[in-house]
Amino acid sequence: MSMSPPLSAPPLLQVDDLQVRLPVAGGMATAVRQASFSLRRGETLGIVGESGSGKSLTALALMGLLPEGAAVTGSVRLDGDELLGRPDADWCRLRGNRIGMVFQEPMTALNPVHPIGRQVAEPLRLHRALGARAARSEAIALLERVGIAQAAQRFDAYPHQFSGGQRQRITIAMALACAPDLLIADEPTTALDVTLQRQILELIAGLVRERGMALLLISHDLGVISQNVDRVLVMYGGSIVESGSTQAVFEHRAHPYTQGLFAARPQWLWPRGPGTRLPTIPGTVPALADLPPGCPFAGRCGFTIPDCHAGLPAARRIGEQEGQDHLARCIRLDAVAASREGAP
Amino acid sequence: MTALVPAHWAARLLRHPSFALGAALTALLVAAALLSLVWTPAPPLAMDLAAKLQPPGAGHWLGTDAFGRDVASLLLVGARSSLLVGALAVGIGAGLGVALGLLAAARRGWVEELVMRLADFTFAFPALLLAIMLAAVFGAGMVNAIVAIGVFYIPTFARVARASAVAVWSRDFVLAARACGKGRWRITWEHVLPNILPVLIVQATTHFALAILAEAALSYLGLGTQPPQPSWGRMLSEAQTLMFQAPLLAVWPGLAIALSVLGLNLLGDGLRDGLDPRLARQR
Amino acid sequence: MGLFVLRRLLTLAATLAGASLVVFVVLEILPGNAAQVLLGPDAAPEAVAELATQLGLDQPAPRRYAQWVAGLLSGDMGTSAAYGTPVAELVWERLALTVPLAVMAMALTTVLALAAGLYAASHHRRWGDVGVMGLAQLGIALPNFWFAILLILLFSVKLQWFSAGGFPGWTEAAGGGVLPALQALLLPAIALAVVQAAILARITRSAVLDVLREDFVRTARAKGLSRRAALWGHVLRNAMIPVVTVMGLQFANLLAGTIVVENVFYLPGLGRLIFQSIANRDLIVVRNCVMLLAALVVIVNAVVDVLYAVIDPRVKVGAA
Repeated sequence: MSMSPPLSAPPLLQVDDLQVRLPVAGGMATAVRQASFSLRRGETLGIVGESGSGKSLTALALMGLLPEGAAVTGSVRLDGDELLGRPDADWCRLRGNRIGMVFQEPMTALNPVHPIGRQVAEPLRLHRALGARAARSEAIALLERVGIAQAAQRFDAYPHQFSGGQRQRITIAMALACAPDLLIADEPTTALDVTLQRQILELIAGLVRERGMALLLISHDLGVISQNVDRVLVMYGGSIVESGSTQAVFEHRAHPYTQGLFAARPQWLWPRGPGTRLPTIPGTVPALADLPPGCPFAGRCGFTIPDCHAGLPAARRIGEQEGQDHLARCIRLDAVAASREGAP
Repeated sequence: MTALVPAHWAARLLRHPSFALGAALTALLVAAALLSLVWTPAPPLAMDLAAKLQPPGAGHWLGTDAFGRDVASLLLVGARSSLLVGALAVGIGAGLGVALGLLAAARRGWVEELVMRLADFTFAFPALLLAIMLAAVFGAGMVNAIVAIGVFYIPTFARVARASAVAVWSRDFVLAARACGKGRWRITWEHVLPNILPVLIVQATTHFALAILAEAALSYLGLGTQPPQPSWGRMLSEAQTLMFQAPLLAVWPGLAIALSVLGLNLLGDGLRDGLDPRLARQR
Repeated sequence: MGLFVLRRLLTLAATLAGASLVVFVVLEILPGNAAQVLLGPDAAPEAVAELATQLGLDQPAPRRYAQWVAGLLSGDMGTSAAYGTPVAELVWERLALTVPLAVMAMALTTVLALAAGLYAASHHRRWGDVGVMGLAQLGIALPNFWFAILLILLFSVKLQWFSAGGFPGWTEAAGGGVLPALQALLLPAIALAVVQAAILARITRSAVLDVLREDFVRTARAKGLSRRAALWGHVLRNAMIPVVTVMGLQFANLLAGTIVVENVFYLPGLGRLIFQSIANRDLIVVRNCVMLLAALVVIVNAVVDVLYAVIDPRVKVGAA
């Protein structure tokens, strides 16, 4: 478990009612709505959800890197300072400096015509105004810390001379160069082999602990989430449908979508024996441009009633665990809980 | 993933009307050529020295040239030369080039290498240079122009056909056809060719435009269409000597060339976006 | 890198050899008897035979080819039948005009195209982009010789700022000077550059837009680089890769264009020499000039390839 600072300190990151709309054929579509969460220094938070749930867009909104034409409303505060609506120059001072980000695809994340050392040193030269030599030695130290062997000799090598796992390590070094307070990792291991996934995740976890950073880890993989973060947000159709400590969410699974997500995992020791089908959630994920006004999961959910289509359910507090509120957006929580009593 | 639309309406303007404009201009070109077969405002070759170098007016809508010939009529007949050279040159280039490209893609190995080396090799000789060589040997003329431009186009079409065909060959449905025992030539004819057709049509359209430009340049230099057959390029060269006396004479033929080429280019761009959505990018 | 350059030089030599074969076959073998061609169909057979011996046509073709190539390599291009002077001299004189013209045009093209392409890409989907691309469409459709004539109409006939043609020479002794010579080459260079720049601008714009979509640009922004810093520091060099390639291919068009434009402006360059020689049926001159032009194209493309390797490290260091 991570060391959390005293609860009286203001959170490092406070997101309230974040809404992201994107331009699509015929107008604007809401891709993220009413997202609210907070993150303290040293805390680890995960966002889990499938493709199209809005998790990456949420992360990009925190960096001010949404695509052209996107409209963002709500509030994003870093150490109490409101970020939304600031000019790009202000965002540039934060990116790579106070907030670092690691992306999903290591093979294309690095500029192919620049040596890697130069790319790692770039944020140092930009934000700390270090000279070439100082930046070089710091960059070499960073590369060694993330596990690139013979960093000094390989400083001038090009990205194509490294493997995918190594490139991801390099991007991690780049993101952490200026010792940011917050690291956002958007599916950092999805594109890597399973054997590498664990190494990279351990590297990230170790660095986060070492430097007392806050971590926002985004993944669609429940296993990754369960082992690496203290708290988790479950996103579906642009909304956070359930949130709480990892243990609470994983054990109680209050929201029907969360239940479905867990039930759909293939398991070796299936209690019901061979010949049974893998449970799936019927229906398909709603298209961004087609989000219904009510609960995004209504229609696919086994507990749907007409009121579910009326509007996005308010977040209901289910309980508290590990000092964290366990919340879920569902008006049918009682029925869901009741049915769970009877199920295996 | 939902598609993002152009943020500014100006960009949306570019998308559709360009195709419409291109189609309209091209249609105008073809119509002019066809019309000239049955009617022109005045007999195009009729010389009337008394009426030479007239400015645009009632009798002659665009004026007359140094020999008293009606410029408008000359323009209409000139369209024929441009279209003929363009069509035949593209026909030669595409016909032979696509065949070579398909061969290279179907055979791979040394056949492909050989074809592509030869294709790469001819880039050293721009169409003009080829035309010059042919003119030096066989004399100037429309046929030489057609051959020169056509031969120059063979490697371009071969390269494009090969690249697209290779991509199709690697697709699963072709693999399935091969697994069924279909021969290479049948696969090429039935599967590969129909799939690369959109790319080839676009290529043919843009090269038609280039051929018109090339023919005009050659005629301007005296190496292309020979008198008495009217040609826009040659009209320009004649007009140049009279620049101080009748400057407008140099405007009309050039305008005709530019509009025809513009129309074909826009048409090609529009076709590219329409025929194959994978080719269309956020422009 | 050294190995790469060496390999490229070998390819270059092979291509040049191949080109020379093509030129030789077309211009020596095809016409049949070059002497007959020179003297015309009505010439007396004895005169033809005498000229044939003089030109060395009684020797077998491969021998003549070898002699010609040997001559080329040592700088001897034979003697012009029409002028009676060594071809090499003629060519050298004319190159002194064509090469500077081509260089000026290429420089203008590059500056115009890069500026326009970058501007359009940074104003993507706004009026700046639409405007520049619209102009580019018009530019591509313009025949360069017509544009040249229009320039003459405007600047020589109407405004009388420039002469309508001719070339004063590079030295004052010849009646000109560096400045007057450059002035005479300005309109021709502009005529050439505008059309080429239109094509290149479109390529530049789409190359920049393509690179802007790449992941590593997002990484650069995530590091804190501003849009401008990302454009100049990361995008440009990557975008130059396809642009430089196209510039090399454009060079052949540029040379073809100089031939035409020289005729428009009555400039005594290589282009006019070729045409005069065709009119004079002076095949020796034509043969050597065509070879020279083809060689220039091939050499420039080889240089572009090497440049390409300099810009893109994946090429020389052997990439995945």
